[in-house]
Order: sequence, then structure tokens, then C-alpha cells
Amino acid sequence: MTRLILGPFNRVEGDLEVTLDVSDGVVADARVTAPMYRGFERILHGRPAADALVIAPRICGICSVSQSVAAARALAAVSGAEAPPNGRLAADLVLACENAADHLTHFVLFFMPDFARACYAARPWFEEARRRFAAGDGEAGRRLIPARARFLHLMGLLAGKWPHSLALQPGGTTKAVDSGERMRLLSILAEFREALEAELYGGRLEAVAALAAPDWTGGDLGLFLRIARDLGLDRLGRGPGAFLSHGSFDLFPAGAVVDGRWRALDAATVTEDLSHSWMATADLPDADKPAAYSWCKAPRLDGRVVETGALARQVVAGDPLALALVAESGGTVRDRVLMRLVELARLVVAMEGWARALEPGQPFCAGPPHPPRGTAAGLVEAARGALGHWLRVADGAIASYAIVAPTTWNFSPRDAAGTPGALEQALAGTPIPAGDRNPVAVQHVVRSFDPCMACTVH
Amino acid sequence: MDGGFGVLWLQAGGCGGCTMSALAADDVGLVKALGRFGIRLLWHPSLSEESGPEALDILTAAAQGRLRVDALCVEGAVLTGPNGSGRFQILSGTGRPMARWIADIAAHAHAVVAVGSCAAYGGVPMAGMNPSDAVGLQYDGGLLGAEFRARSGLPVVNVAGCAPHPGWLVETLAELALGTLTADKLDALGRPRAFADHLAHHGCGRNEFYEFKASAARPSDRGCLMENLGCKATQAPGDCNLRRWNGFGSCTDGGFACVACTSPGFQDPGAPFQETPKVAGIPVGLPVDMPKAWFVALAALSKSATPQRVRANAHADHVVVPPARKPAK
Repeated sequence: MTRLILGPFNRVEGDLEVTLDVSDGVVADARVTAPMYRGFERILHGRPAADALVIAPRICGICSVSQSVAAARALAAVSGAEAPPNGRLAADLVLACENAADHLTHFVLFFMPDFARACYAARPWFEEARRRFAAGDGEAGRRLIPARARFLHLMGLLAGKWPHSLALQPGGTTKAVDSGERMRLLSILAEFREALEAELYGGRLEAVAALAAPDWTGGDLGLFLRIARDLGLDRLGRGPGAFLSHGSFDLFPAGAVVDGRWRALDAATVTEDLSHSWMATADLPDADKPAAYSWCKAPRLDGRVVETGALARQVVAGDPLALALVAESGGTVRDRVLMRLVELARLVVAMEGWARALEPGQPFCAGPPHPPRGTAAGLVEAARGALGHWLRVADGAIASYAIVAPTTWNFSPRDAAGTPGALEQALAGTPIPAGDRNPVAVQHVVRSFDPCMACTVH
Repeated sequence: MDGGFGVLWLQAGGCGGCTMSALAADDVGLVKALGRFGIRLLWHPSLSEESGPEALDILTAAAQGRLRVDALCVEGAVLTGPNGSGRFQILSGTGRPMARWIADIAAHAHAVVAVGSCAAYGGVPMAGMNPSDAVGLQYDGGLLGAEFRARSGLPVVNVAGCAPHPGWLVETLAELALGTLTADKLDALGRPRAFADHLAHHGCGRNEFYEFKASAARPSDRGCLMENLGCKATQAPGDCNLRRWNGFGSCTDGGFACVACTSPGFQDPGAPFQETPKVAGIPVGLPVDMPKAWFVALAALSKSATPQRVRANAHADHVVVPPARKPAK
């Protein structure tokens, strides 16, 4: 048995350390450590309720809008606010823009550069991977990062800026779109579609959205699937086989799939186990706690470890491709990455429809009918999975604020029963070549979850 | 690893949003925008290939002064707790607090740049009771201390903002690379005057509503956001409305209040962010360099002269009364 401690882990959002016990050339046991604590739940405590709209997005600069939407939904629920149709469409456009941009950033900048590493020099696809995805100067980055930047013009238009906007309010959005701006939105989306179809997919978005098997050959998606077949990524990083989604837009319904069976989402069955977290209580740290090894808590759904993210979203939504992949492999590196790219295509197609449906001149924001009071949950899907804010308001101030982020689910430590978190389970069995201090397969497994550690350790 | 102006980037106690913002720099991305000035990233946690031991080799060489660091960029606050141990952020794989790594590398760096208001002044992690004992790099009890000067002789350069405009960062690093960023180009709080000599109010698209004190009452109203909705743009340093954010926007164009995110302490305004505190009906926090009595007198005068068009549009989310036209001859 040898022990490997891996870090700093780059091309993930935030800080991550992974400890591996290796035996017979494979990972026998993994421990995932989130080594940073900021205390947002303490920071939010006692503030005026609406201040959550300023503070919560700043938990995370990559899921900023998702955090805003969760806060706005929780505040809407405690104040009775209801957004008019334009407000819902604009908020959906802003959220989908973040999710789609995140999917692209993850694939191009965080995940694929590992296949351009020298350790793969002998593989038949290496030259192409190197040309397209070498960190810093790969062709895909040179072409798609500008496309991402111009896609984010949608944020400038609808949300003022990204990250950290105040445009998303409980009753809708603060920016009313006029008829010229509606055309500009369509133009932004058309330009983004063009870049994705030419570079990433080598084909129409609609064809990717309707993919029925992992057999796409065009563009970077085709390259990824060739690499996946060659390296057996369909067998690498198998997760817990249980999936959670808060539901996204009117496209992907909420729910969970556990033991192969679909069930409705019941947010009341979410618990947070602190046994291996450096936390004395839900919001008080204890850096000296015995047996603890992460600032991350261990959320459980009805006691179960679940995986969340694009694959989970599509499994819960009953998507035939996602179900087929999971039936074949149980949910692996290939499945997570492929479903992210399929979802990206679906999102952009849906966004075009939402932008067309905007009605300039009609309201975008409605005031709340009463001051905030009581308890509510704001649930949303960030790019990387289920995000929830649990809010209690008393006398207009935040009496408690609990945040469970996607990577908190995926990268959770063990619970009191000793059951490892989703990534910890996915890492078990990963091959580690003798003497390799920085095994690349581990990198693939970790990054396949698109982790956001900033959210995790709010 | 030779030639050019080398930037080493560390993420401390922050949200990663400064990097995300910078990734859209100049519509081409951070790497290319900096490359135009011969600036290259020695290591960046989100963008570099090197991970684990390879990354540690780079950081160790920088901390020992063996690798020349032209600029150390730090994003996020320095988390000094619990009890001064810095254990609220350990650099993965090293067992050492990030605070120590920052101090060690800063000691050799030719310039130190705080990217964002967390690194500059503590920012949002410092809010309320400051659970992680967050501090900025230099400001008011910051990690490096008031006397700190980088090898170049400059104090910490504070590219403040939450998140800062990517242009502020790129232009600051470019000026460092060209060797023309001198101490007199920084304001008293270490912010580059290139953007800090302006106010977020300058160029605001709601200017006509401001002139007439035709104020928004609810989110999404087109009127001025200062009187009721908490906007601090008349006091906040930044050329926010003299350039565009993400191609089209700004906070006020997006319909919401400036929260003065380039200023120390913005995270604790002492009143709800989206409400303007008032005394006897008059907003507290008027423009700082204007006599208050004059402001009140002018406001009363301009309110009485407000055209019906401006008054009506101030309380709508779209133009309900278009500007009058001269009748055709």
C-alpha cells in the first residue's frame, strides 16, 4: 500500500487535494479534501433578507448566476413574488448562458488539455489533441474562448455584467429588453451557434441534441469520443449510480434516480453529515476536529450518496441517451463529459426560442406582495448540478441560511457510516502506474465532475 | 520559461470570479490579451497544464527566488484564521497555509497585484463578523504590511472591483510590463488612477433622470437609482460607464444599483444594499465633493423642472413617452 497526496489540483475551480491509497496498481481508497473555509452562512446571518442577492452570488464566480437564482427563488418564496413571463424568460436566458458557457469552458480549458499531455504522445489521436487542446495555445481555446466571450455579451445586455449581477430579483429581472435589444440577443446566439457548429461539433446543434448513441464523429466532440474509446473512459470513474437533479428550466424535470428507480424530489430528505468535516456545527468551524479531513460537508439524500451534474440531470429527465449510457457503464467519465456537450447544444437551441418569445413593452419585474417572512428553499441547477439555498427570515433579517452546492454533493467526504462521497467512490479502482506521482487517469476522473470548489466550501 | 513578462497567479480566499471575468478580456481571452504585451502566465490555477508536483516545482522556485516573477497576481482574500494559523486555506499538496506561500513569493516578486476587492481590501469574505479572519494583501492590516514594497518599489497594486473589469487588469499588467506604472499612477488606496480617477456615475445611461432627480421606485424602473434603490455610483471609483462590461452592459444599464464594489468595506454598507438610507427624506451619501446644501437646492429645483416625459419614463421599464419633436415646417 502506498499513499499519494495530489495537489494543488489545477483546472478545477478552487482548492482541492486528493489522497489516494494505492494497492496492486489501483486506487484502493480515496479521500477528497476541500482545504478552504470562508463561512458564507455566518456572513449572511442577521443581514437584511434581500442582501442575499448581493452576497450569495459572490460565493462563487463561476456559478454566480446560479447562486443569484437560488437566492432569488428562496426570497420569492418567502415574499410571495412571482415573475411575469418576460422576467422568467430573461432569467432563464441568463442562467442558461452561464450554464452553457461553463460547459464550454470546462471542456476546452479544464478537461481536454489533459489529453495533450506528453504521457499520451504514443496514442494515435495525440497530435490532434495537442493541436486542439494544448493548455495555453490550443486551437480550440484560441477559437472558442473568444466565442465564449462574445456569447457572454448576453450577460452584459440582460444582467449588466458577469459574474456578480444584481439583475436577478425575486420578482423577475431589472433589465427590460427593447425590440432592438431582442434582435441583438438573437444575433449573439446566432454567432455562438455558428462557432459551436463549426468548431466543437462539426455539425448542427439539433443533430447533437438528438444524439441517440455515443457515435458522433464530427468536431471536438468526435475527437473526445475517439479518445474515450481508446482509453476506456466509459469504464473509468464509475460513480455511485444514484442521481439527483433540482430540475432546470422547463426542459429537464426535477427528481432523483436511486437503485435504478425514479423518485420525486423531496428537499426535506436532504441532510448534511458533519462527521468528517472540520465543522463543529452546521456553520461553526473546528479546524482541530479528529477524524475530519475536509471543509466540505457530506450531504445525503434520504441517507444516500448521489451524483449531480449534466449526466444526472439527463438521467433524471429520462433522456434515452443518458439512460443507455448509464445502463451500459453505470455513469463514468465518458458519460459525464458527453452529456455536458449534448446539453450545451440543447441549451443554445432553447435559448433561441426564449429570446424570440420576449415581448418588449411587457413587464419584466413585479414587486413582492408582502415583506419576506418564514422559511423556504431556493432550488436550481448550476452547470455542475443541484444547488439549494435554505432560507429562514425573521423580522426581515436572515435568521439562517444553508447552502448545499453541487460539488458539495459530488466531492463530499465520508459520512458517519463511513460511506465515501461520490468522487471518492468514483476514484476507487482507478489504475495508478507504478512510480507515477501525478497519475493522469485521476485527473480525468476528478475533472469529469466539473468541480467547483469555491461553491463547495462556501 | 524565458523571455517576456512572467505572471504567477494564485487563488486565495475568493470565488474565482476575477479569473472568470478576465477570461473574457477584450473579447479574445486573458492569454491572448496579455500576449499582445509580451506577458505570459508562469502558472495560473485555472489555465495551466501543470498540476500537482509540476505546479509545486514552479511555486517552490518562485518562493525561493529561483524563478523570476515579474508580477504576482493574487485573487481572493488572505484567510488568516483560525487564531492566526492560516489553516482556513492550506495550499493543496503542501500542508502550508496559502498566506505563507503568498508572503514568500511576494518577497521576490517585482510587482504584486491584488486582483479584485478581496485581495485588495478583504472584500466579501470579511463581511459581518469575518468568520475566516480575512484580510487584503496590504490595506489596513493586510498580510504584507503597510511598509511592503515589491522589488520594483511599488506598493501592492489594487485592481479593485467585484469582479474588476477585465480591462482594468489587462491594462494594469500591460503598463507594468512596459515599465510605466509609477507610484503616482496609483490613488491613495493603491488603485490604478487610470480607472479610479473616474466615478461609476460618469457616462451613466440614466444621466437625464439623475439631472432631474426623476427616480426609480422599483427594480426595472428606468429612473435614477440613487434616491431610492441604493445606487452609490456618484461616490464609487471606476470608469464603469465609460467602458462596456461584457460587450453591452454596466450595473446601472443592467437596471440595478452600484454597490461601490471598488471600495474597501463595500460588503458592509450599514443599510440594505438596494435601499438608499435617508435622513429627513434626503439621501445620506451624496456626492462627496459637492456642498450638501447646494445639492439639495439643485435637486429641488430640477425636480420642479422635470419634463413630464422624464417623470413618466422614470417609473416605467420601457419608454412610454418619447422625446417631443419640433413640428415639421
